[in-house]
Formats: sequence, structure tokens, C-alpha cells
Amino acid sequence: MHEMSLAEGVIQIVEDAARAAQCRRVSAVILEIGRLSSVEPEALRFCFDAVSRGSIAEGARLEIEDVPGTAWCMQCSESVEVAARLEGCPRCGSYQLQVTGGTEMRVKEVEIE
Amino acid sequence: MCVTCGCGSGETRIEGQALDRDHSHEHPHVHADGTVHSHSHDHVHEAHGESHHHDHGPVAAHQHDHTHADGTTHSHAHAHQGDHAHEHDGSGGSNHAYRPAAANAHSHTHGHAPAHSHAPGMTQARMLKIEQDILAKNDAYAARNRALLAERGVFALNLVSSPGSGKTTLLVRTIGALNGQMPMAVIEGDQQTALDADRIRATGAPAIQVNTGKGCHLDAHMVGHALESLAAAEDGLLFIENVGNLVCPAAFDLGEAHKVAVLSVTEGEDKPLKYPDMFQAATLMILNKVDLLPHLSFDADKAEAYAKRVNPSIRVLRLSATSGEGMDAWLDFLRAGLAAARAKRQETVDSLKRRIAELERQLAAKA
Repeated sequence: MHEMSLAEGVIQIVEDAARAAQCRRVSAVILEIGRLSSVEPEALRFCFDAVSRGSIAEGARLEIEDVPGTAWCMQCSESVEVAARLEGCPRCGSYQLQVTGGTEMRVKEVEIE
Repeated sequence: MCVTCGCGSGETRIEGQALDRDHSHEHPHVHADGTVHSHSHDHVHEAHGESHHHDHGPVAAHQHDHTHADGTTHSHAHAHQGDHAHEHDGSGGSNHAYRPAAANAHSHTHGHAPAHSHAPGMTQARMLKIEQDILAKNDAYAARNRALLAERGVFALNLVSSPGSGKTTLLVRTIGALNGQMPMAVIEGDQQTALDADRIRATGAPAIQVNTGKGCHLDAHMVGHALESLAAAEDGLLFIENVGNLVCPAAFDLGEAHKVAVLSVTEGEDKPLKYPDMFQAATLMILNKVDLLPHLSFDADKAEAYAKRVNPSIRVLRLSATSGEGMDAWLDFLRAGLAAARAKRQETVDSLKRRIAELERQLAAKA
């Protein structure tokens, strides 16, 4: 369950930022998770709750922004939206796809007090 | 195991030795009234990544929400190694002497109660842009490993698969075939035991065992430590055998040149579809145990097609580490990769030499 390591990574980034900003509390954490990344948002949410306990982000609201997957279809020579790694091009069905977006796993911003 | 989050923190072991890093750092923070506290505390890190696990008691240890009316700044040092007690014996004035203690409860005794005033509602929430990759720390360690390996002219591979696909047998066979032709070393990742490292050492190649404890994957920090202890093969091959797991290792860059996914024909041919992240992350898939194909209903062409569906640019090699069938293509792949790594190192050395010669010429001209 690598979501635990990822949640720890999130807390670390948040703690570093909170320290730099000298804030008292982090009340919300906003993440960007691509649909083609290897993260299961619900598992990450569960782990975040566990890992944030005792940190400056304890009790913080976790918002996960979904980023759609995009790929370049070599057959269509066009950028297309894909829902999952396994799916072919929604236009022509080809699997000759080069993923161009939707793999992000980032901490976008935090709400501090 | 960490009792707070259930992760395997604190259980990583390299050759049976805990991964310890003792250091301390300062945490300044500001209270609502503008009082600045600076805490420095020692952490004993025994864990993966850069994650900090201080086992404080039920509450965050350094969130003391108290206000000092005189606006004093003070700092105190305390050791975080489990639960602890703070004693604040500032007697109404501005001198606070906080002493570290090693008790089991987390209690604060404030000797200046009259000076306390809490001002709720004085804080204002604001948004802070971060835009940082969650895996940035791991990726930074991976970049460091990659630079170190490039400096040494090492061709490094990260072998990933489910348990029992034959990674260790493949390595033993590979080392046997290439022995004497090039230096080779192995980093073995398993939750427990040094059995795999022992198997590798029996071939004569140096190996180091990393036990991840409850952890499900190797990360770049663990590999960096292993590289420190392993007299790594200069101008040689480094095999990193990851924990047997087709899910988690996909996301963690270790600094390798390629991820190699090993799939054995005793598994299902639909594994690339079931675990697409891993086959997407790999540049090479090895279809192992092909000597057993006549006895199984496994469709090798289908497995290959599925892998290519997930990752159109994946290369596939069919072989048997037991019978030796198909091993030549794999050995050629390793030789070619190593030749490229060595050439790159030589190029760097040559360009540095040219640079030194140029600087020496300039110095001579000035003298």
C-alpha cells in the first residue's frame, strides 16, 4: 500500500511549507491527482487521515482535484482524453497512445491559519 | 511498525542494521500573539524516505497554544523520542527554562498562568500555493543515485515482479553467464530475511540485503544507503531486485536506467492488464520460465500483446533462467546497456580532461 508513503510525502511537504510560512495550523490541503497516476484517491484519503494525526495538518480537510488523462493517438495524430491506462483511443480504438497528461501527483496548495 | 499510521517506518534494515539517522532541527513557529518559539529537537530516524516519525503522545507535541502577554521570544530544546514532558517554569517573567525530560506523559506545567491570554478568532485563513510533486523527495534521492551511478559508469536495472516469478534465479544465472566479463553487484529488497542476498553471494558477486520490514517497495533513499555500503561495481552492472509486488514499486524511481518487469508463464497472461502501472513503468518485460510452456495453457503471444497494449514501446524477451533458453538476447541487452554507460562515463572523463588542459593552458599563459 504505497498510498501510505505518498501520504507521508504530502504531510512532509505541508509541514515544510507551514514552517516556512510560520502558521499555526493547516486547515486544508489541496492535491492534484491524475487519473493515470498510480494513486487510489480513496486509499490516499484514508492514509492521509492516519498520517496527519499529530501533525500541523491534523484535522485538515483534504481536497483531491481530479486531472483527466490525456494522450496523443498516433493513429489519429490527435490529442485525446483517456479514462484509464488500459483504454484505447476513444476515436479509433488504437492502443498506440502516448500519455501526455493525467499522471500528476502534486500538492497544489494549502489553507493556513 | 508505526502505531500511528501502520506503516513500516522504523523497520528498514540494510544487512540487518537499522537505517538510523540522528539529527536535530529547529522548528520556529509563531503564536497568535506574535510570540515566536524555536524548538530544536532530536529525531532518531530509522525509516524510509525523509519521513519524520516522532512518536509523540496523543497530541502534537509542539502545539502549545499559549500566549505570553509580554511578547517574549524564547526557545527550548527537547528530545522527541517517544512521549515526553515539558516543564515551563517561567515564573511570570520572560525567562523560560524548558528542560528535556524523558517521562511517559506529555504534561505542561506553566508557572505563569496570569500572563496567559488566548485570543480566538484572531487568525485568518489564507491559501498558500505549493505546486510540488508528492514524490519530489524520492525523485531527488533518485536523481542523486542516478548521478552517482553515471559517474561510476554503472548500468543499473530495477527488477520488479510478483513474488515467485524467478527474479533471483534469473540473476544467479545471469551472474554465472557473465562472471569474469564485467563487475556485477546486487541490491536485494525483501520484507524479511537475507536469503536472496545469500543466494547471490554464493555466485561470488557482492550483494547487499535491504529489508523493508512492513514496507512494500524499495525507495530511492534506501537504495542510496545501500550504494554507500556496497562497494559498487565501477564500470559494471548493478541489479536492484525490488520487493515482489506488482503495484507499489511502479511509482518509485530508484535512479535505475530501466525498470525490468519479470512475468513468469506460471502466472496469468492477463497480468499486464491487471497491473498496468507496472508494465507502463517498465521498458523491458521478461517472460520467464518459457521451458514450462508445453505443460501450460499460457498464451505467450497474448501476454506480449497485453503488455504492448498498456505500453506500446515495451520490449519483450522470452527466456528460461532454468534451461538457459533465450538467455543470449538478455545478456546482449545487458552488454549493450553497460557499453553505453561506460561510453558516457568516458565521454565525461574526456571532457573534464579537456577542460583541465584548457585551464592549465590559461594558468600557464598568465604565469
